[in-house]
Amino acid sequence: MAFLIRNTQTRYGWIAILLHWLIGLLFIGQIALGLAMVRVTSQRTAFELIQLHKSFGLLLLGLILLRLGWRLANVMPRLPAKTGLLERRTASAAHFALYALQLLLPLTGWALVSASVLEIPTMPFDLFVMPNLPVAVSDAGEAWWRAAHAYLAYAAVVLVAVHVLAALRHHFRLGDTVLIRMILPSRQRDDTEPE
Amino acid sequence: MSFRRLALFTLAVIAIAGPAAYAATSLSTAGGRYTINPAGSSIRFSIGKAGGGSLDGAFARFTGNIRVDNADADRSEVNITIMPASVDTGQGRIDAFLRSDAVFDADNDPEIRFRSTSVRRTGETTATITGNLTARGKTSPEKFQAELKSFGSGTIIFRVTGRVLRSRYGMDVGTPIYSNVVEFDMTLSGRRS
Repeated sequence: MAFLIRNTQTRYGWIAILLHWLIGLLFIGQIALGLAMVRVTSQRTAFELIQLHKSFGLLLLGLILLRLGWRLANVMPRLPAKTGLLERRTASAAHFALYALQLLLPLTGWALVSASVLEIPTMPFDLFVMPNLPVAVSDAGEAWWRAAHAYLAYAAVVLVAVHVLAALRHHFRLGDTVLIRMILPSRQRDDTEPE
Repeated sequence: MSFRRLALFTLAVIAIAGPAAYAATSLSTAGGRYTINPAGSSIRFSIGKAGGGSLDGAFARFTGNIRVDNADADRSEVNITIMPASVDTGQGRIDAFLRSDAVFDADNDPEIRFRSTSVRRTGETTATITGNLTARGKTSPEKFQAELKSFGSGTIIFRVTGRVLRSRYGMDVGTPIYSNVVEFDMTLSGRRS
């Protein structure tokens, strides 16, 4: 089998697989880091964790833009033939919402940093100074973006959990290839054709 | 001597001897011990930020004294104690951060102390002050530039500037987003005691 780069009607290529797991790992890590950094007692540790959260957030934003571009330039493997219409629509809506959150979470985080009257520079991984977003700088503005960022993060926790449970359901309950094909693009049983 | 020549001579004497006489006066009468008066003094600091701008602040509470040695200016002394709990940057959240154990740990280390070890005159009104700065249990030699701004009726005013590396005192949090160099700009007004 050739080294599968691009998606096909039945399989995910390596780029889509790599971006899925890399972003998934970083995304869950960011939520954990975000929850931890506002709860630690040491102010120094909190400051350092927040800078790390900002760095990974901007890295994620870059990866997500790459992923969206790749997603639009590729076909999506079909769902198993026996998937019902409601389930197809639900899956499509959930995936759309997950993409929206991947984009909105780093953007609202960036906006809250930009709106902060503390004017703490953003220096991803201490490499360069990231400019701020053109948002109004005020305590009220910062509070608004902070709330938006937090609520979107809680929504992401719920959606990621649903996403993981749905993948496990496909694998263990339905016995189809939906989870497996996101792990390996190797030749496998094709259950997307009607039997 | 004609009036005209007398006038010229008088002007010449004032022009030549005047500044010398003033300097001599300030040197010979400035000697003594002064207590730093917070009312006329300020201790400001500035820390550069990556990408431009700076974090500026001041300490509102400090005490200290200055001893100006008449006979030997190099034997002069400066002692300052700063209360870091009084730090003020105009942003309550930043002040709270600076007072916390991330930076000053003001609850456990309520004082930052400077004790001069030598004063070297570098000009008619300038000197380099070397001494030990102690903060958060760490002591390190530091150098400041002092300039006599005014002296009269028992009050002496110096402007003192210097650069301190905060990493030497375990306060390097936030580098390199915030510079390791803290630029101090102090106005120390002493009242003869």
